[in-house]
Amino acid sequence: MSVIEREVQTVQSGWRSFKKGKWQKEVNVRNFIDDNINPYLGREDFLQGATQNTKELWDIVSELTKKERDNGGVLDVDVNTPSTIVSHKPGYLDKEKEQIVGVQTDAPFKRSIQPFGGIRMMIDACEAYGFKMPEEVINIFNGIRKTHNQGVFDAYTSEMRAARKAGIITGLPDAYGRGRIIGDYRRVALYGVDFLVNQKKQELKQLELDVIDEDVIRLREELSEQIRALGELKVLAEMHGFDISKPANNAKEAFQWVYFGYLAAIKEQNGAAMSLGRVSSFLDIYIERDLAEGSLTEEQAQELVDHFVMKLRIVKFLRTPDYNDLFSGDPTWVTESIGGMAVNGQTRVTKNSFRFLHTLYNLGAAPEPNLTVLWSEKLPEGFKKYCAKVSIETSSIQYENDDLMRPIYGDDYGIACCVSAMEIGKQMQFFGARANLAKALLYAINGGKDEKSGAQVGPEYPAISGEVLDYAEVMKRFKPMMEWLAKLYMNTLNVIHYMHDKYSYERIEMALHDRDILRTMACGIAGLSVAADSLSAIKYAKVKPIRNENGIAVDFEIEGEFPCYGNNDDRVDQIAVELVEQFMSMIRKHKAYRNAMPTQSVLTITSNVVYGKKTGTTPDGRKAGEPFAPGANPMHGRDKKGALASLSSVAKLPYEHSLDGISNTFSIVPKALGKEPEIRKSNLVSMMDGYFGSNAHHLNVNVFDREQLIDAMDHPENYPQLTIRVSGYAVNFIKLTREQQLDVINRTFHGSM
Amino acid sequence: MLTGHIHSLETFGTVDGPGIRFVLFMQGCLLKCKYCHNPDTWNLTGGKDMHMEEVLAEIEPYINYYRSSGGGLTVSGGEATLQAHFVAELFREVKQRWELHTTLDTNGYNEGDKIKDLLDVTDLVLLDLKHIDNEKHIELTGKPNERMLHMAEWLSEHNKSMWIRHVLVPGINDDEEDLLRLGQFIGKLKGVEKFEILPYHQMGIYKWEALNWKYPLENVPSPTDEEVQRAYQLVEDGRSQSALQV
Repeated sequence: MSVIEREVQTVQSGWRSFKKGKWQKEVNVRNFIDDNINPYLGREDFLQGATQNTKELWDIVSELTKKERDNGGVLDVDVNTPSTIVSHKPGYLDKEKEQIVGVQTDAPFKRSIQPFGGIRMMIDACEAYGFKMPEEVINIFNGIRKTHNQGVFDAYTSEMRAARKAGIITGLPDAYGRGRIIGDYRRVALYGVDFLVNQKKQELKQLELDVIDEDVIRLREELSEQIRALGELKVLAEMHGFDISKPANNAKEAFQWVYFGYLAAIKEQNGAAMSLGRVSSFLDIYIERDLAEGSLTEEQAQELVDHFVMKLRIVKFLRTPDYNDLFSGDPTWVTESIGGMAVNGQTRVTKNSFRFLHTLYNLGAAPEPNLTVLWSEKLPEGFKKYCAKVSIETSSIQYENDDLMRPIYGDDYGIACCVSAMEIGKQMQFFGARANLAKALLYAINGGKDEKSGAQVGPEYPAISGEVLDYAEVMKRFKPMMEWLAKLYMNTLNVIHYMHDKYSYERIEMALHDRDILRTMACGIAGLSVAADSLSAIKYAKVKPIRNENGIAVDFEIEGEFPCYGNNDDRVDQIAVELVEQFMSMIRKHKAYRNAMPTQSVLTITSNVVYGKKTGTTPDGRKAGEPFAPGANPMHGRDKKGALASLSSVAKLPYEHSLDGISNTFSIVPKALGKEPEIRKSNLVSMMDGYFGSNAHHLNVNVFDREQLIDAMDHPENYPQLTIRVSGYAVNFIKLTREQQLDVINRTFHGSM
Repeated sequence: MLTGHIHSLETFGTVDGPGIRFVLFMQGCLLKCKYCHNPDTWNLTGGKDMHMEEVLAEIEPYINYYRSSGGGLTVSGGEATLQAHFVAELFREVKQRWELHTTLDTNGYNEGDKIKDLLDVTDLVLLDLKHIDNEKHIELTGKPNERMLHMAEWLSEHNKSMWIRHVLVPGINDDEEDLLRLGQFIGKLKGVEKFEILPYHQMGIYKWEALNWKYPLENVPSPTDEEVQRAYQLVEDGRSQSALQV
């Protein structure tokens, strides 16, 4: 046989018995899924428990987790070796027992230094956890190789620095990896690396043009970097004893190939969110083939899923403690999107959708991977009920509205981070954190002066001087302040992403994208409910500012009642809707780097606590320093008409003006869902059908009693795996800071008296 | 226009009747149950006045949830039958407009004939029997239990569907003999679709404190699961005894 014949044969053996289609000629995973998926309409009764190997491996992980916690949050750091795809030798939990192998360094729970986003964060993080980076490593990045962080601060204007310091724009990815880019890791399994390299080489060849301008130069350099990264990906696999140049031959290889692709990404990037995409139903196709061939049992299939998920649970990045103040609990946002419907009307639910959720039983509850169910009214009933059961028993799932997103993104999109939808392999975003609308309102009242520091951060517009705040006057001042903020915000993000592309380009993730992709500039807002309630108070009650000696309103006296967001009352809900629409239209006015499409989110993650801390007393009666409500949630305790009224207010926020997602975190006591388990499940299903049917975007579902959380605060040792959903992700409750724990406990629990 | 005195409302009720329900809490009650977890609903003059249309407007956005889950509207309190005319009109309206299932949550301190108009448009009655022993009933609630028991019999005679509920308070109404008698009484009734024990809890204490009232059941614990099971068993025993007699 000639070399070429042999190659054809191996490719075909990886693709044996798959339905042929155009996916064989071009990179087209969606077409492959469409032609080969096995939708599953049944119940969960086929699922298998954990194998002995799974249990023993999980014991190792649990033990390491405990050691890590006892060690102050970080177990070990390799301070000597900046992480790249091939920087570290393989590491194992227990090589003999692991079906899926590979960790980020040469040992599990040993974190690496990833300085390309910023050397400062690495130095500080090492120090905070009792480690020290050698001078010679620091010198490389301070003296020889510049990082993203340095680039950003070289270009920041003084206004940008002031806004960042005051906290009117916060959480910016200017000191570490931006993340929220999903490589199409499935391509590694379906095509093997050689096919992907050939495709990229052709793309590069197509760029031998007459006019080699800046855009072409950049793209040519990027493609060359992508090809290099794919080569390193092969080396990474070889180090573990695998040849991934050709397509995966069976389910085990498919899981492993996909994981190598993902592992390469997290070794090279410490992005804020390193999401996985939508792999479960893709991998189901390989499992079904093996089951049909008799080479795999259901128990072994579950074991593959369990071991794969176990790896996703131990993704670790080195971060500073103040990063954790913002995004608590060491999150990595390994978001996996599950379920949903296909454009052709079939469901994308497979047995593997169940198997992934079932890991929450076989391995216990956990915050990662961030299991995200794409909810459609048309999902199979058995799957809906199973999701409800898992939510009620583990509080570890979030839901996003597939019927709302599918018309925009098609049926092969995934969620990055918490709520950011993107077509896989065809779209990426420039993550932009968020601007603080509540603070912007105070700036409007105080003529651009910061209410905490007194500094002139915003433009020096006239302050409002009357004894009672007049709604029309406040709005007249607020709009130009928002305009200023939108412009400054967009310019700031442009600086950040220009530098990130330049100094910390995501080679391997982008190698698993098409050449020409849609980029979005993902802006965001925080403090929406505070701003809406404040404007409602000004409009419907009497709000008197109490000013300090510098004329800055530091407190407010409120006389009379006013409607609050969260009660399905249009008088205030429409204020919230208008704020979303207005700020979005202001953002759209500005040019985004690389012609990105501007979007925004209403999402805070856990930063609602820090934002609150940085914001003075607001006209809704919220005192200085008190937390905001998370995401698009109504303020704690102000939603007084029960769950449906609260959900209905949030559902009014227009997704078309907030395409990067609208996060709502919902907590309910088990009793309030009904008395018997079957009824609880069907009530939760009805609730979500109704909520998503009214065009809401996202829901975190937590089901537990407040008393349980209070007990967990006092006795964390009894709750090592207690998982709760916060804004768009889940955390180990006991890893939250005390302030964040209290914030969670103070939130509205529907059904409590 | 017809106006009701309303204490509060809940858009997502799942325990006061089948399915997902809108629960309207009426203001005012003549009983003074020591374990009451909503003593702020007692005052007959408090609450917020709401027109019929206002109440209907609060329900309307959610009727799809109620219908698709087999739920509906529950009116509770306070004591709902004190405003029987308003509740009857409300039930009539929600049936006419949206074909909603209607549930009346009552302590039964009223007369069937007097509120027949309301019961005619009620699909399900949640009847809370506090104590089978009259003396102890007076001690617990401030009123005799005669009217409640008559109400139960009236509903039975008129073929109304009901769920009987009993808040179980250790040391107050968990006597073996009383629970057997309660069961015997229920056993004679027709139309009892469900009997539920509601374990007493202390979550209402803060409301007594907010009203500056002394909480009468201080230091009374919630019943354990075993105590609840025992009570169920005794009531069951009583029911089967009277079933044999029938």
